[in-house]
Amino acid sequence: MEQQAQSDSAIRSQIRLPFSEAVRISFQSLKIRFWRSIITTLGILFGIAFLVAVISGNTIEAAVQADETQTVDSLAQEAEPSIPPHQVWLVIMSLIVCVVGISNAMLMSVTERFREIGTMKCLGALDRFVVLLFLLESSLQGLAGAIAGSIVGTLFALLVNLRAAGWSLWRVFYQFPWFTDVNGAPLGVAPVILIGCLVGMALAVIGAAGPAFRAAKMPPVEAMRVEV
Amino acid sequence: MAANDIVVSAIGVHKEYRMGSEVVHALDGIDIDIYRGEYLSLMGPSGSGKSTLFNMIGALDQPTKGDVFIEGENMAQLTMEQLAWIRCNRMGYIFQSFNLLIVMTALENVTLPMIFAGLSPKQREERGKELLSIVGLGDRWSHRPTELSGGQQQRVAIARALANDPDIVLADEPTANLDTKTGREIINLLKELNESQNVTIVSATHDLKMLDVSDRVVYIRDGKVEQIRARDEIDIHVGSLAGEHE
Ligand SMILES: Nc1ncnc2c1ncn2[C@@H]1O[C@H](COP(=O)(O)OP(=O)(O)OP(=O)(O)O)[C@@H](O)[C@H]1O
Ligand SMILES: [Mg+2]
Repeated sequence: MEQQAQSDSAIRSQIRLPFSEAVRISFQSLKIRFWRSIITTLGILFGIAFLVAVISGNTIEAAVQADETQTVDSLAQEAEPSIPPHQVWLVIMSLIVCVVGISNAMLMSVTERFREIGTMKCLGALDRFVVLLFLLESSLQGLAGAIAGSIVGTLFALLVNLRAAGWSLWRVFYQFPWFTDVNGAPLGVAPVILIGCLVGMALAVIGAAGPAFRAAKMPPVEAMRVEV
Repeated sequence: MAANDIVVSAIGVHKEYRMGSEVVHALDGIDIDIYRGEYLSLMGPSGSGKSTLFNMIGALDQPTKGDVFIEGENMAQLTMEQLAWIRCNRMGYIFQSFNLLIVMTALENVTLPMIFAGLSPKQREERGKELLSIVGLGDRWSHRPTELSGGQQQRVAIARALANDPDIVLADEPTANLDTKTGREIINLLKELNESQNVTIVSATHDLKMLDVSDRVVYIRDGKVEQIRARDEIDIHVGSLAGEHE
């Protein structure tokens, strides 16, 4: 009877980690390992900047060309694909570099914290708290890196085209490809920035998920035995 | 609190580790009852199975054979969540290497288990500061572990172990990384808490200083209980044992 009652009370009073506390802990963890966090974030920044620069660069270039074609002679131009085939591999490469870089950074950050994870589990943390904390950390880094990367990538695309097209780029401004490119595909500068941010976050979470789940599943004693 | 009020009991506990084809019998049939409010020391040579038993008693690991009951509940029958609840609310752990979270301040380390237990921020801060002053670090709550000495870190760990009013505090060689004087202070602190807060303390140790404060000493050898001695018996034997074990 008494055993039954105790089991019930154990079930009723759940272990918890409020989301706001989880965010606070992740944020603090990033702040204290500042340089390590900055390097991971830079990795994401470069990957996303590359991705955004390639796509937006194409969009802007196509807009400039379409504008020139119209001015010189208004012959109907042939529609080019939004991303030329020879550049598709560049985009894919940049994404792979992103995922590998982030996975590697997360793997290191998880491995050097096995003892910490074991300790947390001794204090009552559930596996999903550990996963949540690591995924929060990586998506915070992903978000920061992706926003900065999208801005850097867009500026880079503008500068390159400004150099190549000179003042004709300014003539394009009244029909600047903000939302769609010349083919009407949603690859204008604004949606590409949004895509960059989402991709950056997603890559950060995907890259961190493997190491985070593996670490969370470790029994507390085993996690603490690991000497790093 | 009756003297025969049992907090933890281990019944026929075996633990085997498989290393390739070889099987290590870390625990070989341990029977032991731990009474509420007592200070119990697990003594034994290196490799005798103290830490392994510590993990079983502390709901950190499952025996290969046999049962562990904590407050009458069989650990083998609990879900992961229930085990986590027990670790959080009924147990406090102290380790040889302190195991504080280095990104957190002393206060945050002490209050982390309280977050898991669902206390409000205000309750956490109050109780956390109170516990830190009990262990003599009332003014150091904002310091991070890297800014504290070994002895101070172990005090924070002790405060953290007491966070959710545990039924039992388990300490695995709490003084092994400390010098003799600091080790003595930590032992005295544990004894003080044992007496003033009526916390049950189980400590695995090589440290003979522990003998003075223990109510009972369990000697472990090769994964078996060699003998159990009560306080009054120890005093007679302490001299010869000191010679034997050094
Ligand atoms: N994870 C493991 N895998 C394999 N063998 C293990 C494992 N943990 C412990 N052992 C073995 O079990 C036995 C008991 O180990 P345990 O750590 O419990 O000893 P101990 O009494 O705590 O020793 P010490 O005083 O050195 O800490 C040892 O022979 C050890 O090698
Ligand atoms: Mg040990």
